[in-house]
Amino acid sequence: MRLQTAKREGRLALMCRHYQIYLLLLPTLTYFLLFKYAPMYGLQMAFRNYNTGLGIWNSAWVGLKYFERVLARPYFYQVLSNTLTISLTSLIVGFPLPVLFALMLNEMRGGFWKKTVQTVTYAPHFISTVVVAAMVTIFTSPTYGIINKFIELFGGTAVNFMMRPSCFVPIYVISGVWQNMGWNAIIYVAALAAVDPALHESAMIDGASRLQRVININIPCILPTIIVMLILQTGSLLNVGFEKVFLLSNDAVLERSEVISTYTYRIGITGAQFSQSTAIGLFNSVVQFIMLVLVNTLSRRLSETSLW
Amino acid sequence: MIRDTKGDRVFSIVNGALLTLLTLLIAYPLYFVVIASVSNYIEINSGNVILLPAGLTFDSYRYVLEYKDIWNGYKNTIIITLLGTSINLLFTFTGAYALSKSRLPGMRACMLLITFTMFFGGGLIPTYMLVSDLGMRNTFWAMILPGAVSAYNLVLVRNYYQKNIPEELLQAAMIDGCDDMRVFRSIVLPLSVPMLATMALFYGVGHWNQFFDALIYLSDRSMYPLQQVLREILLINTEGTLNMAGNASEAMAEGSAALSEMINRAETMKYAVIIVASVPVLIIYPFLQRYFMKGMLVGSLKG
Repeated sequence: MRLQTAKREGRLALMCRHYQIYLLLLPTLTYFLLFKYAPMYGLQMAFRNYNTGLGIWNSAWVGLKYFERVLARPYFYQVLSNTLTISLTSLIVGFPLPVLFALMLNEMRGGFWKKTVQTVTYAPHFISTVVVAAMVTIFTSPTYGIINKFIELFGGTAVNFMMRPSCFVPIYVISGVWQNMGWNAIIYVAALAAVDPALHESAMIDGASRLQRVININIPCILPTIIVMLILQTGSLLNVGFEKVFLLSNDAVLERSEVISTYTYRIGITGAQFSQSTAIGLFNSVVQFIMLVLVNTLSRRLSETSLW
Repeated sequence: MIRDTKGDRVFSIVNGALLTLLTLLIAYPLYFVVIASVSNYIEINSGNVILLPAGLTFDSYRYVLEYKDIWNGYKNTIIITLLGTSINLLFTFTGAYALSKSRLPGMRACMLLITFTMFFGGGLIPTYMLVSDLGMRNTFWAMILPGAVSAYNLVLVRNYYQKNIPEELLQAAMIDGCDDMRVFRSIVLPLSVPMLATMALFYGVGHWNQFFDALIYLSDRSMYPLQQVLREILLINTEGTLNMAGNASEAMAEGSAALSEMINRAETMKYAVIIVASVPVLIIYPFLQRYFMKGMLVGSLKG
């Protein structure tokens, strides 16, 4: 009993002695409570018939009405399928390329040229989504776009890529690879720099070629990093970012381009159906969270690599 | 020593060639925008600008200089970027240092609380309502405060502190009579320079390119940041084209010659606008490259 009190006093004394540390934490903690946890409290809007005049607390409780309504809409499944198509294609195409790029870059001797390759391939990451969307529009233009100029050069006819629903996903994925392949490789470049040189030396003495060393040493060494990145990306499959989809899409391709984030925006901000939009957002967050936990558990079982 | 075999040399050459090709492919769209910005747009549209500028002209840059909305957007973006990044850095580094003291009571719980927000959140509408209720719509605060700290960056900096700043050093300073604030200011911050540079870059670029928050929170045109102005010029074709060079109906009255002059202007300006808006960021990041490579390596490894 006395020991316990002593221990508690110890903790309290420790906290008092370092009260300045808690002061340093205060702004950040306040931020997270206000801007991250208060909106979570606001999620109950999804279960109420939100009325601006009444506020969240006084609006009538309607239970799952908005969830039922959205699940009954065929359009919602269209949106869900678009979201999954875009993110799965991005994952399949966009995930292995940075790994491959990093492995190749690692085989390059250092110096000016290597640094140039890195600087150039990182550059698109720093360009805004608005500019990327504008560049895509310029390059695919049916009248003056350089891609169509090439098609015409080889005797084809110009295609209005931006107005074709079937072209939306390829445009999204290819521009994404252009913008982020170099940047996403950084984490693997860093992991490769940490590979023990002794492994390579002994393999060289055994007569292993460079390709053999890449396959048998480098790839296994960065596998844990690859798996962590894969978990994170698989866990956010429903999380297709708003900006690029919004900026690249138009009414002609909406059937393929509408994803959950643009849909909640359209219903919630443009249409002011707050409760309905919150319900869709909550559905999305919950499914995403469950997916992340599932993928992480699976990975922990299979490869002993886990996020937490 | 061990020499490269013939096969290894072939491997090197093929690898180097592929990477060079890839780099050219990635650089080309950027290069094209540069040469198109100094070309006559009629030459561009007839496909004569591919490797070199054609019909060299600097009219595009002159039109950009004369276009007031861009400079107003520039001004707004600079204010948001400077103020926003300062707040980001202040919150992130103080918070990260405090959280790195995981032996202090309550710190682990706070860490858990913050990490959880990386995987679950209130989403668009509740956040939008909160920002509205706080009276921040149509103020720059809406562009700054809702994203004041990124949980991901916070964790990165905290990991950096836990691994790179020896506890003995801090204890020695405490014995010499420094309090925690003083230790943070005089010892920890000077040791954080690579991390500060990395985070200033990440947050700064984020603010410079920020678009979504402006879209939902700012409706006053005079407050539009650069990206909103860019979107009008580059993506909202018909409306933007007519809006940008002046009053459309006025031009109609003066006849189609004036209208086509306006469209000329809009078409000519397009590439120069992209350059003017992207160049500040593209000039800065190569200088910080060695910092962010190192920063990301140290911060991202699990302790």
